[in-house]
Amino acid sequence: MTDAVRPTSELAIETRGLTKKFGRYAAVNDVDLRVPHGAVFGFLGPNGSGKTTTIRMLLGLASPTRGEARVLGQNMARNVSAVLPRVGALVEGPGFYPYLSGEANLRRLDSADRYAPSSTRDARVASALARVGLTAAARKKVRAYSLGMKQRLGIANALLTPRELLLLDEPTNGLDPQGTREVRALIRSLASEGTTVFVSSHLLAEIEQICTHAAVMSVGSLVAQGTLDELRQVGRSRVRLVTPDLLLALPVLKRFGLTIEPGNPEGVASGSGDPVVVASFGDATLEPERIVAALVHAKVRVRGFDIEGASLEDRFVALTGEGFNVEH
Amino acid sequence: MLAALAAVPILIAVAVRVTERNPGNGRGPAFLDQITHNGLFVAVVGLTVCIPLFLPLTVGVVAGDTIAGEASAGTLRYLLIAPSGRIRLLAVKYVGAAAFSLAATLTVVVAGAIIGVALFPVEPVVLLSGNTIGVGDSLVRSLLIAAYITVSLLGLSAIGLFLSTLTDVPVGAMAATIVLSVVSQVLDNLPQLDWLHPYLFSHYWLSFADLLRDPIAWTSFGDNAVLQGAYFVIFAALAYGRFSGKDILS
Repeated sequence: MTDAVRPTSELAIETRGLTKKFGRYAAVNDVDLRVPHGAVFGFLGPNGSGKTTTIRMLLGLASPTRGEARVLGQNMARNVSAVLPRVGALVEGPGFYPYLSGEANLRRLDSADRYAPSSTRDARVASALARVGLTAAARKKVRAYSLGMKQRLGIANALLTPRELLLLDEPTNGLDPQGTREVRALIRSLASEGTTVFVSSHLLAEIEQICTHAAVMSVGSLVAQGTLDELRQVGRSRVRLVTPDLLLALPVLKRFGLTIEPGNPEGVASGSGDPVVVASFGDATLEPERIVAALVHAKVRVRGFDIEGASLEDRFVALTGEGFNVEH
Repeated sequence: MLAALAAVPILIAVAVRVTERNPGNGRGPAFLDQITHNGLFVAVVGLTVCIPLFLPLTVGVVAGDTIAGEASAGTLRYLLIAPSGRIRLLAVKYVGAAAFSLAATLTVVVAGAIIGVALFPVEPVVLLSGNTIGVGDSLVRSLLIAAYITVSLLGLSAIGLFLSTLTDVPVGAMAATIVLSVVSQVLDNLPQLDWLHPYLFSHYWLSFADLLRDPIAWTSFGDNAVLQGAYFVIFAALAYGRFSGKDILS
């Protein structure tokens, strides 16, 4: 391997200024992804934020309008055929021939892979099906599969040969709770074998449970990325204060630059009957004990004081907006 | 589709056999009556009837479905990331369409030969040049005609492959391919455009009669092969140009 490749090789995926325009509308705009080797990387974003388009570019299905994508140390624009045998993927839902059995579908896709030896095809198809729990339905026509079974078959297809990198686009879509758990367990076990897993999802809980790293997309742009802890820290922490002296306390909190959250659902703390103030602060360097000291100094009776770290959900909503509409 | 193709010579043979008693009533192509004298003609008659529409129709369906069908089933992206390689996928798909063309013509020939032998007398065949050849030799001629027609359909297959790379809707590519084959034949029948005729991919479709002469006149076979080869080169190149850089968004 040459020195030119070395420096980027500890990253499984690296994009620089990756942009995809459809007409004048940029579906993906100037995205710089950095996915380390061995990570379970959560790719978050609301519907229509450019996740799937990014994945298509990472797989060489679509070519970027600008910028470049490097996967496993190689430029996708030039070395698609060298990279793809090392990558397994599930892109935008499974796609299979309904009139063929699950097994026949996998055999067909496996034979399309010119690097996959045909002598071990039967064994590989059987073990991929076993790995996603579809052995019993292997000979059923895909037409008769439920959405969850098709999804499993899609994952089985990604696992046909040992891969260094797995790109899974919404892998738990349509799965029942058991299936979701199984997929999570599967991703963990793949990661423990050293496979880098890149999972896109709009389900935060899923990402929080299995990922080591995450990135957040919003309207085509990457708005945050890092380890999960890094992402949580950047979020605004919140102060939860229980006190009967609401009027005295509010000016003190405001002096520290804290934002009182309106429409506080727990206006009265249960049991004590004292009002609760929740205020968020953006300055992570602010020491909470100074707030308490100032409150006490202002003769506020502090009956409860708590710092709540931001959940990933808060962070997600803060980054991508509250709206339910698909943004353009 | 192959079963439907096989049905054509069978239907012709049965229809002719049933109406045999009042021959020469002036309806239908004159050559249809030939098969009452010799069952070996059924295959040739079947092919002649199928060439203008039925064979191009089935080939258009298969060739138009090649890429667009995979795209609409959602399997194209998985084939490409398997990875199949884009050029390899195009090549395999084209070979598949060509193999279908061969299977389609052979189906008509074989079904025609079987039903012809079953319903009509089998005799040595009198060729267009007046000589007579034996039964075995005439079967070889039938297969030669099948080969000729397969070659004739290679250009259309390439056109269908190219159209299939343009869309994710297989029906659109199929219809466009079939329409082109009809347009080509219509243009071929307009005397005002006779300068254009040698360049139309359907121009030599019915010229296989030269294979029924003794000795065989190979010129039309050669001209046809060159023409179809040219269509293949042009449309395979267009398909490659379109498909190699296409964004697969299906």
